[in-house]
Amino acid sequence: MRARRRLVTAVGAMGATALLLAGCSQDPGEAPAQGGSTGGKAKTTLTVGVFGAFGLQEAGLYDEYMAQNPGVRIEQTSIERNENYYPQLLTHLGTGSGLADIQAVEVNNIAEVTATQADKLVDLAKAPGVDKGAYLPWKWAQGTAKNGSTVALGTDIGPQGICYRKDLFAAAGLPTDRAAVGALWAGDWNKYLETGKAYKAKAGAGKAFVDSASGVMAAVTGSSAERFYDAQGKVAYKTNPAVRGAFDLAASFAVEGLSAKLQQFTPAWDQGFSNGNFATVSCPAWMLGYIQDKAGPAGKDKWDVAQAPKPSNWGGSFLVVPKAGKKAEEAAKLAAWLTAPAQQAKLFEKRGSFPSASAAYSLPAVAGAKHAYFGGAPIGEIFARAAEGVPVTVIGPKDLVIAQNLADIGMLQVDQKGRTPQEGWDAAVKAIDNALEQ
Amino acid sequence: MTDETAVLAPSAAGSERPAAEGGDRRQLWRSRRYRWDLRWSPYGFVAPFFLFFAAFGLFPLLYTGWAALHQVELTDPDAMTWVGLRNFTRLWDDAFFWNALRNTFTIGLLSTVPQLAIALGLAHLLNYKMRGSAFFRVAVLTPYATSVAAATLVFVLLFGRDYGMVNWVLSTVGFGPVDWQNGPFASQVAVSTIVVWRWTGYNALIYLAAMQAVSADLYESAELDGASRWQQFVHVTVPSLRPTIFFTCVVSTIGATQLFGEPLLFNGGAGATGGSDHQFQTLGLYLYEQGWVNLHLGRASAIAWAMFLILLLIAGAARLLRRVSR
Repeated sequence: MRARRRLVTAVGAMGATALLLAGCSQDPGEAPAQGGSTGGKAKTTLTVGVFGAFGLQEAGLYDEYMAQNPGVRIEQTSIERNENYYPQLLTHLGTGSGLADIQAVEVNNIAEVTATQADKLVDLAKAPGVDKGAYLPWKWAQGTAKNGSTVALGTDIGPQGICYRKDLFAAAGLPTDRAAVGALWAGDWNKYLETGKAYKAKAGAGKAFVDSASGVMAAVTGSSAERFYDAQGKVAYKTNPAVRGAFDLAASFAVEGLSAKLQQFTPAWDQGFSNGNFATVSCPAWMLGYIQDKAGPAGKDKWDVAQAPKPSNWGGSFLVVPKAGKKAEEAAKLAAWLTAPAQQAKLFEKRGSFPSASAAYSLPAVAGAKHAYFGGAPIGEIFARAAEGVPVTVIGPKDLVIAQNLADIGMLQVDQKGRTPQEGWDAAVKAIDNALEQ
Repeated sequence: MTDETAVLAPSAAGSERPAAEGGDRRQLWRSRRYRWDLRWSPYGFVAPFFLFFAAFGLFPLLYTGWAALHQVELTDPDAMTWVGLRNFTRLWDDAFFWNALRNTFTIGLLSTVPQLAIALGLAHLLNYKMRGSAFFRVAVLTPYATSVAAATLVFVLLFGRDYGMVNWVLSTVGFGPVDWQNGPFASQVAVSTIVVWRWTGYNALIYLAAMQAVSADLYESAELDGASRWQQFVHVTVPSLRPTIFFTCVVSTIGATQLFGEPLLFNGGAGATGGSDHQFQTLGLYLYEQGWVNLHLGRASAIAWAMFLILLLIAGAARLLRRVSR
C-alpha cells in the first residue's frame, strides 16, 4: 500500500505536493473500509465501492438489506469516473489494502479482472443464495475465471434500443409508432442507414439523424459475438470483418452527413439533447434516464424508444468481493442479495438499469415496465427481447482500450474532422497498437 | 557561512564568563545547551520539509527511475521485468511522444508569453495609487483560487462548437464558428487561454510586490530628468524587476511542462487522448494515458523521467542565458 501510494506520487513526478494532496483527498472516503465494527456496538459495517451513480444506494437496496439484517450497516464510497476508479481498484487489489468489502467492476474491465485478479477475489458461485440458472448465461460466463471460479456477479446489462424523436420523424414523413419505426430497420443495421438517408432527404440541412457516428459503432459492434478478440483470446480487431464493418457502417453516417458530429458524454452532447439536434440515438437501457435528464421536461412526449435493428449490448457491471476483506463471508452474502433477480428488478424499476438475471424478466416490475417520459413505451418488453437475443460475446482484457481508441480517435476523426474512414481507421490502429504494446 | 559566525559569537562570550565567576557547572551546562540549541535547532526546524521531501519527492523520483528500467503493468505492479533502457530508447521512435512534446512546447509558449506580459501590465496598473486598490488586488488573484476543474469545465462550455459563447461573439462580428476542440491550433489556443486566465493574476501580484520594493528615488530622479510614465516603466521598472521576471519565467516554464488538468478536462468525455488527433495532448497527459489508461507503469515512468530531464535541460539553458546576459 505505502509503496504503491509512493509509486503513484512518483509517476506524477515533479508535482509531488499536489499529488500528495490528491492522495489524501481520497483517503477519507476509503477510511470506513478499515473501520470494522462501529463504536462498540456489535454491528458489522460492510463497505461497497462503486463508480458513478451506480444506483444500488439510490434504489434503496442498502436500506432494505439493513432493515432485514439489523446487525449490518452498509456504507458506500463512489468515484465519479470509471477511468479513475478502475486503476485505483487495481492498485488496491495488488496490495490487498484500501479495498471496500464489495467492489463494482465495469463490463469492459471484467475480462482483465477475471484474467489477472481472480486469485485475489472470492468465488461467489458458492455464496449463499446465488443461483447460476437465474442469470443470462453469457453474463455468468463473463464473470467466471479460467480456473472455473465465478468471481464476479452481474448486476445490470445494456441491451439497446433506438431512441427517436417522434416530432422530428413526423416532420420528415416517417412513421412515429414504435412498432412501425422498429420495422423500418428490423434485422439489418444497413436499413438504419437507409432510414437516415430518407430522413435527411425530407428534413433538410441542419437536421442530423444520429447524435454521433461512434454511438452507432458501439451499437453495431455490440451485436456481434466476436469483436476485438478471437475465441482463442488473441487480439483480432484488425482482421475481424465485424469490427471493420461496424466501423465503416458508422463512418458512412458521418460521410453522408447524417451525424450531428457530437462526442458522447460531453457537455455539447447534453446540449444536443435539449436542443433537439438529432432524431435518433442508439440507447442502452441505462441511457434512458440520462436522456430524460438532459432533454428535460420540454422533451416529454417527443421521445420514444423502438427495437434496435439487431439485439446488441452496451455496458453493464459486476460486483466482486476481494479476499483481503476481513468480512468476506458477510460481503459475499450481501453481493449475492444485491444481484438476486428480485433486487435487479427493483434496480430497473427505480433506476432503469436492466437486469442481467433473466429470471427477473418475468417479474411484474420488469415485464410490465413502461416509461412515462418515452411515451409510455413498454421498455421491459423491448429490452428483455433485446437482452435475450444478445450473442455470447467474446470479451478480452483490453476491450475498453480498443473500443475507446476506435471511438475517440478513429471515429471522431471521421465524424468531427472530416477525415476519410480509411484515415480514421489507420489512426485508431496506430493508437491501439501503441496502447497495447507493453 | 552566516551560521558559523552566529554560533561563534555567543560561545566566545560564554567561555569567558564562567572563568571569571569560578566555573559554575550549571552555568557551563546551560551555555553548552545554548550553543547546541543555536547550532542544531535550525536543522530541526527545516527537517520536516526535507523528511517529507525525501519520502514524497526524492524516493518517488528514484523509484520512478527504477520502474522506468522495467516492464511493469498496473494490473500486477510487483512483477517487474528488467528491460534496461528500452522504455527510453523507444520514446525516440514514438510519434505520440514527440507529438506531445511539440504540443507541450507550443501550448507553453502560447500561454506563458501572454501570461507574463499581461501580468506585468496589470501589476503596473495596480501599482498606481487608486481607490479600492486592495479590492482589485484580490480580484486579480481570484482566478488562481478557483479549481482547475471548475474553471476548465466552464471554458469547455464557452468554447463549445455549437452553442459556445466565444463562437456566438465571433459570429456577431462576422467570423464563422471555430471548432475549438478539433482545430490543432484553435484547440491549443483555447487550452492556453485557460492557463492564461488562471495564472495571470498570480504573476501580477508577484510583480506588484517586486515593484513596490523599487526605490521611489529612482522614479523621482527619472521624473526630474523628464521621463514619461512609459519611459519610467521601460527604463526603471522593468530593469529593477529583472530577477523577479526571471523567477516567474522559471516557474511558468515548469508549470507549462507539467500542464495536465486543463487539457485533460478540455477533452470532455474522452479522457487522456488530448483530442481525436492528439492535437492538444501534452506530455503530462501522455504520461497519464500510458500509466493509468493503458496501465503500462514502466513506460509512464520513462516519460516522467524524460520530462524531468527536459526540465533540467531548460534550467541549464536558463542559467547559461542568465550568465551571458549579465
